[in-house]
Order: sequence, then structure tokens, then C-alpha cells
Amino acid sequence: MTKTPRYWRENQSRYNMIGARCTNCGKMYFPARAMCIECGRKSLGKMEKFKFSGKGSVFSVTTVHEAHEQYDFLKPYTLALIELDEGGKILGQIIDCEPEEIKIGMRVKSTFRKLGEEGKSGTIYYGYKFTKE
Amino acid sequence: MRRVAIIGAGMTEFGELWDQSFRDMGIRAGFEALNDANLTSEQIDALYVGNMSAGRFIEQEHVAALIADYAGFAKNNTPSTRVEAGGASGALAIREAFMSVASGLHDIVVVGGAEKMTDISDEEVNAIQSSAADQEWETIFGATYPSLFALMAARHMHEYGTTREMLSAVAAKNHKHGSMNPKAQFRREIKPEDVSKSPMISSPLRMLDCAPISDGAAAVVMCPLDMAKKFTDRPVEILTTAMASDSLALNQRRSITEMAATKIAAKKAYNRTGLKPSDIDLAEVHDNFTITEIMAVEDLGFAPKGSGGKFTLEGKTTVGGEIPVNTSGGLKARGDPIGATGVAQIIEIVQQLRGDAGKRQVPDAKIGLTHNVGGTGSTVIIHILGVPQ
Repeated sequence: MTKTPRYWRENQSRYNMIGARCTNCGKMYFPARAMCIECGRKSLGKMEKFKFSGKGSVFSVTTVHEAHEQYDFLKPYTLALIELDEGGKILGQIIDCEPEEIKIGMRVKSTFRKLGEEGKSGTIYYGYKFTKE
Repeated sequence: MRRVAIIGAGMTEFGELWDQSFRDMGIRAGFEALNDANLTSEQIDALYVGNMSAGRFIEQEHVAALIADYAGFAKNNTPSTRVEAGGASGALAIREAFMSVASGLHDIVVVGGAEKMTDISDEEVNAIQSSAADQEWETIFGATYPSLFALMAARHMHEYGTTREMLSAVAAKNHKHGSMNPKAQFRREIKPEDVSKSPMISSPLRMLDCAPISDGAAAVVMCPLDMAKKFTDRPVEILTTAMASDSLALNQRRSITEMAATKIAAKKAYNRTGLKPSDIDLAEVHDNFTITEIMAVEDLGFAPKGSGGKFTLEGKTTVGGEIPVNTSGGLKARGDPIGATGVAQIIEIVQQLRGDAGKRQVPDAKIGLTHNVGGTGSTVIIHILGVPQ
């Protein structure tokens, strides 16, 4: 099901946390969008790349005990919605700490990790996960 | 717009129907609905089919033509349309059919909803269900479908003090209702403690917080209200259809403790009918997870925001309570064959308004509401049904 170009297309965002900022109204987007949903066509050509710091705090958190095949080896793992300091929210795994330690409001920062691979001899793909700040 | 009535309803039992194929189920439900309305296939002007993912569940696309063929409609070359909106596919088929009759384009229309989920492994089913969420920005990071609702539940508990006991009360209540529904997948009661002790899926959600994997089909027949008396003494009117969308991914939402699409669709539905939440006698709401029902009860205006759990715990949504919710057993106990679910919700309201709901009958029910959700709240479709005045 997975195909390399599908991951490769999004690498800029997933490697460097690059989103977009609408220079018309200032709204931040992660992932990047070509059009601001608030400003509509007024924002066309006015969306600017924006690199998020990757820092934020936990907005909600769950520990996943039943995973999809690709992440089965990791379970249980922790998934969180994180409120980014610059605005907006992002979904990611929190790693390198015990699930019980992670509470709503906890400070986190992004880190570059392997996300998965297409079988044993397939492409490995990478992206962000989060650790305690 | 013409007023539209439901004149026939039929459904298979929901469950693990290993001896029935997708087409077997679709035809059984359809014929039960046609018999209920005393109609033959020659009289049908159009067919609408709600189905989420036959392509991945049974490797069969183009299922509208398939069902039309096996129902005998193809010999009359009847138009047949499949619609998809994730978990709300069934309600979307109802809505499309309603609009086609209300507009005057068609007179007699059949709506079928069907999903065959048990021909593949549970792991594959889970992957398909999560494809109604955002594959590029949620699933790839390890999100499962339950985990996204778990994030809503965890935040709801944080903001409003919703408890494990409250979540468990939803599942126990829906099993109690399901035990009175002969078509339900689970017809046995469970205790709230059973839910609280069931294996963890994605904290805080446990196995018995989740709707099951199901096979099933459901069908209804619609026509203009002024023609309905020709076919039945007990038509049920569709008073309104309302729909709203929201972002596909959860991280784009302002709030994850409400479904904005539910609130907006509900407001439209109440405004168009002049009804208030307190005018609704019963509701079938989307309880794919226990937290979803708690949010629905709040967002539909039955209980104040944040108190849906307490409201449930107090028995107000049980048959005999203030506003019975999911008298059929809901997705949790009746079962959730995805494309069939929205149609089955409508059938429950039709049975209740006709007074045919047996042991789970809500006395003197006149107005019922259905609430069907796609993804994590990216699509919400609400219908209000009533005994014609």
C-alpha cells in the first residue's frame, strides 16, 4: 500500500517541521497549506514557509495498546496532541519516557526519528517524534 | 420542496454473518423494505447505496450497480448511486434520497446501506477504519481510529471531570437496550464493571468502550408524503436533513471535546423544524466509542456541555428516562456495519414512531432524531423524523 513518493513529498514538513504562515492574517498551519482557510483566495500567493520550533505542551494524550501492523512492535506507545508554542496543534508520539509520566500540560520538544519502513528491504521513512523538554 | 415519508423498512440482523455475502445481505434488507411497503421493483425510480469501503473489505467496487442488479432493478435500468462519507455513509444515502424525492426528481426511492467487514482480519479492518481519519498526518504517526477518540476522551476527562464510571455507563446502557432488540449483534447485558475491566485499547478507552466489527445491511423506501397513504397506514415523515463538515484531522480543530459539526448540523435541523432539543422523544446517536455518545448528548443540546457523562450515569438516556438514546443498542450493541449504520438508525426511529419497538418501545414517541458521524467528526449528518401531522 505504501509508496516511496508518498513519503518523499512530505519530507520537508516531516524532517524540518516546516509549516506555513498566512501573511494576510497571521494564522499558522502545520502541515503547510497553499491557502489560508480563514482568508480564502485573498491568501493565494501570500502563504509563507514557516519553521516551527517543535516546542510545545501536551494538549491530550493516549497510550496505544492495540496498534496497526506497522507499529505493532512499539506497543504500548504514547500518542499526543501537542499545542505548539507558535500556535496550532500537531499529532505525534512521545518517546523516551514512561507513559505514566506524561500528563496534559507537560512541556515537550520535537526530535528526528525513524517512523517506519516498507518491509525489511524497503525504504525507511523518517519524521518527528517528541521527548520531554 | 415536497414533504417526504418513509413507507417501508427492513434490515438483516447485525453481527458476524459468515454465511451471507455482501450481495445476500443487501438483497435481504431491500426485499424486507419493499415487502413492508407493498412494492415491487418495477415501481422503484432510483436506488441509493451507502457504503464506506467495499473496495477494501471485499475487493468489490461499483456496488451500487451490483445491488441494483441483484435486487432485480437492473432489468428496469433503474439509476443506482453509491455514496461515501466514512462512518456517515448510511445517513448520506438517506440524505441524497430525501433530496431526490423532495425536489420532485424521483417519486419512489430505495436507500440501502451495507458493509461486509468480517471476510478479512481484524488488523485489516482497523487499518480501513482509520482511513476515515487523515492518513498523511495522523495514521502515519501511529494513530489508530480508537486512539483519536481516546485523545478526545482524555481531554474531556481533563476539562469536565468525565470519569471511567460515566464511560462504562454508556456501554452498559446500550447493551441493556440491545438485549431488547432481536436484530442486535449483542443481545446480552453487561455490567459497567465489565467495561472498566476489559482490555485497554488506547487509554482511557477499553475494549467494551468500542463498537464491534459487524456485517449487516439495512434499507428503507421513501416517497412523497402525499403518496404515502397508497402504500402504508403508518408513514413516518423525514422532517429535515442537516449536514456539516469539519477538518479531516483532529489537530486542526479548535476544540476536541465537542464535535463542532454536530452542533452546527443540530442548529440547522432545529431551526428548519422549529423544534428544540426538549421536543425530541428519542435519539439514535453515533456511539462508535462511549465518549462519542457523551459528546453527542451534549452537542445535540440534550445535556449541558461537559455533563453528558453524568446525564448518562443518572439514567436519563435509558428507555424510561428523560431522552432515551440508542434504544436499538446503538453502534455498540446493535453493531456497526459502517455503511448500514446510518440507515439502521433511521429504521429504529421508524419502528419507535410506529409503536413497533417491542420491549424497548418509548411510550408515545412522536419525534425522533438520528446522528451519524464520519471520521472523527469530519462529517456529521442529522435527520429528524416525525409522525406526520
